[in-house]
Amino acid sequence: MTRKQRRATFIATSLGILGLAVGLMLFAMRDSIVFFYSPSDVVERGVEPGQRIRLGGLVEQGSLQDFGDATLSFNVTDFVETVTVTYRGVLPDLFREGQGVVTEGAFGEDGNFTATNVLAKHDEYYMPPEVADALKRSGQWQGEGAEASHAETYGQGSYP
Amino acid sequence: MIVELGHFALVLALAVSLVQTVVPAIGAHRRDAQLMGVGEPAAILQFLLVGAAFAALTYAFVVSDFSVKLVYDNSHSMKPMIFKISGVWGNHEGSMVLWILILAMFGAMVAFFGRNLPDTLRARVLAVQASIAVAFLLFVIFTSNPFVRLDPAPFEGTGLNPLLQDRALAFHPPWLYAGYVGFSMTFSFAVAALMEGRVDASWARWVRPWTLAAWLSLTIGIAMGSWWAYYTLGWGGFWFWDPVENASLMPWLAGTALLHSAIVAEKRGALKSWTILLAIMAFSLSLLGTFLVRSGVLTSVHAFAVDPARGSFILGILIFFVGGSLALYAWRAPMLKAGGIFAPISREGALLMNNMLLSAATASVFIGTLYPLFLDALTGEKITVGPPFFNYTFVPIFVPLLCLVPLGPLLGWKRADVMAAAERLLAAAGIAFVALIASFAFFHEGPWLAPFGMALAVWLVAGAFSEVAWRIKLFSTPLAESLSRARRMPRAVWGTALAHGGVGICVIGIIGVTAWSDELITAVAPGESAEIGGYTLTLQGVALRDGPNFDAMVGVVGVSRGGRDLGTMLPEKRRFPAERQEKTEPAIRTNGISDLYVVLGEQAGNGKWVLRAYRNTFAPLIWIGGTIMAIGGLISLFDRRLRVGAPTGARMRFAAQPAE
Repeated sequence: MTRKQRRATFIATSLGILGLAVGLMLFAMRDSIVFFYSPSDVVERGVEPGQRIRLGGLVEQGSLQDFGDATLSFNVTDFVETVTVTYRGVLPDLFREGQGVVTEGAFGEDGNFTATNVLAKHDEYYMPPEVADALKRSGQWQGEGAEASHAETYGQGSYP
Repeated sequence: MIVELGHFALVLALAVSLVQTVVPAIGAHRRDAQLMGVGEPAAILQFLLVGAAFAALTYAFVVSDFSVKLVYDNSHSMKPMIFKISGVWGNHEGSMVLWILILAMFGAMVAFFGRNLPDTLRARVLAVQASIAVAFLLFVIFTSNPFVRLDPAPFEGTGLNPLLQDRALAFHPPWLYAGYVGFSMTFSFAVAALMEGRVDASWARWVRPWTLAAWLSLTIGIAMGSWWAYYTLGWGGFWFWDPVENASLMPWLAGTALLHSAIVAEKRGALKSWTILLAIMAFSLSLLGTFLVRSGVLTSVHAFAVDPARGSFILGILIFFVGGSLALYAWRAPMLKAGGIFAPISREGALLMNNMLLSAATASVFIGTLYPLFLDALTGEKITVGPPFFNYTFVPIFVPLLCLVPLGPLLGWKRADVMAAAERLLAAAGIAFVALIASFAFFHEGPWLAPFGMALAVWLVAGAFSEVAWRIKLFSTPLAESLSRARRMPRAVWGTALAHGGVGICVIGIIGVTAWSDELITAVAPGESAEIGGYTLTLQGVALRDGPNFDAMVGVVGVSRGGRDLGTMLPEKRRFPAERQEKTEPAIRTNGISDLYVVLGEQAGNGKWVLRAYRNTFAPLIWIGGTIMAIGGLISLFDRRLRVGAPTGARMRFAAQPAE
């Protein structure tokens, strides 16, 4: 094998791997990305049944219902629109009525939203940034409520 | 007083590192031995000063001095001592001081052990290392001062996030930082080599142990973090492709590539400029990781403080070091002499392939992690890139890499006979095939891809054994001969085999948990039972228990299998009054092969308790594999060929001990 052929082999291999990587990423970008919706977005833009989305807002006061078989439902609201979320499982430690929440799941054919993940890793002072933005857009932003404290150290992660 | 001394020491350290940045660099330029000689004492002094500052901060936490704002914000007098100490780095300011302490420690180690390095190279390495310290000391002193006092001093602190009050997590940051910052060392060597315009075998021999040390610390740090997420978050998972996890995975991938390309640079003098580029990338990705988790662009349990000034400062540091080093690379790298021609099928070729696949894998993680941030900044659209993205990109790139791992070490340098190498792997391939059939037979319900993954994992483990067996001529010579060969075999070979085998064991765990786990969500009243994976869980009762700084609701869950009583598991829901937070504490029962994992949920209106349980097949193997990888790295680190300038006598005594 001559020097030229050798070089051609290396270049072809690296281009091949690069092409593979780019192809895979473009493919994955198409259908494995989850968009964030506020309840108003859901009503305005509509969501296909079965499409995975993140739905975020505040948990409406008094809306938490417990069906006794580990299934729960609660309303996510941005004070303009409200979506009822059904969830089966253990709620995160910091899930509270009246506080910010991000849920991940999909609408069924019947129009009900079923969450597979509920993310509420915040505390009484913290608001998930997506939720804060959504509330600002709907004109319902009340400010952080309390002054920022050490508590903001506790973030809402995309940890499930 | 001690706190003020700590602050003062930190400022002095800044002054010392300024001197250490400028003077040795000028000395190296002018070939002035006196100026270059400033580097070593400065590096050691800088380490002592940062050490003093860190000790002062630790003291404030240990005695619960709530007049220090950081202690007030992150500690509580009732907290157990271990968490008072880990509280030092369980916050933004303190963790940055720890970062700098490790940075200074690496600099001091070069000053201490690097006496046989060429003078100009050592001076330049120390200067570059100090310049990183200057940037981060400025950052800490001006935007994140840990020594700020409160007046009047409060009586009690506000406590540490309960999620961080955990024994494994207490030591996760130091290991992770040792890894991140360890790559600063290879970065300094790379930049110094570019300044010198020369890379020789001795340079590569110096860089390898530092890379190895950084890689091994990072491996331990990531494994600990993942273990913590597994047993504390109550989701039964071990890796979530969360941006903060990816931030540590990227330098690990680049570091793994660097580890392998440095071998080629050392042994064959080839891939030099690529090795330098990788060294720059590994540290750049470490800096990026620091930026991502420290700036608040990502919100997570790691984003301790959201302060735009800090974010822009770290971004500035990032741009300066990454941009500067890449510009220097573009300017100087063409001057490096290329060497070591090799055929595509050869050890070098295999290592290059490893590098290309690892770089592609790093790129896929990079895009998946940063794309949402860019999209948000440019369009305001909020998206999440979750596990499916990485399953479609990272996994297909990683699988061919893992397939090739056993082959690489069996290929010869320069030009290799691939058939001969394949022949040596026949046994491994046979075992992998048996594993494929066995997993199809045993787990006929899981996804059809999983048995192939299992075969791949077994292929890795068996391949690692094959390499050792081939080298010691197992079965082809008398056993005594093989044993004596095993004793004489370089430690680096043992290290490689262990690390590669460890990857295989880790893959077994990942596949088991992903494909063959059971999950149960149910609500049971005391006395009622539920079934999961052949186990019967009976909620015997729920009671209250007092902890040192929390009280807990404890579920007493009896476990039995086929009528045989296996004892009780005690999942908890803890309430931390000082922090005003709650935390679930799963109970895990393990037999070393698979885990039974139980979480206690809320009490429902009808008096029933929600129980969430998992049976995670092969879960412990994930961390056992990670530990084996780290042990492999450690054994390689003590290879006498890597210990430059060790006295011969001691070296022989060391080498005579059998490697485990």
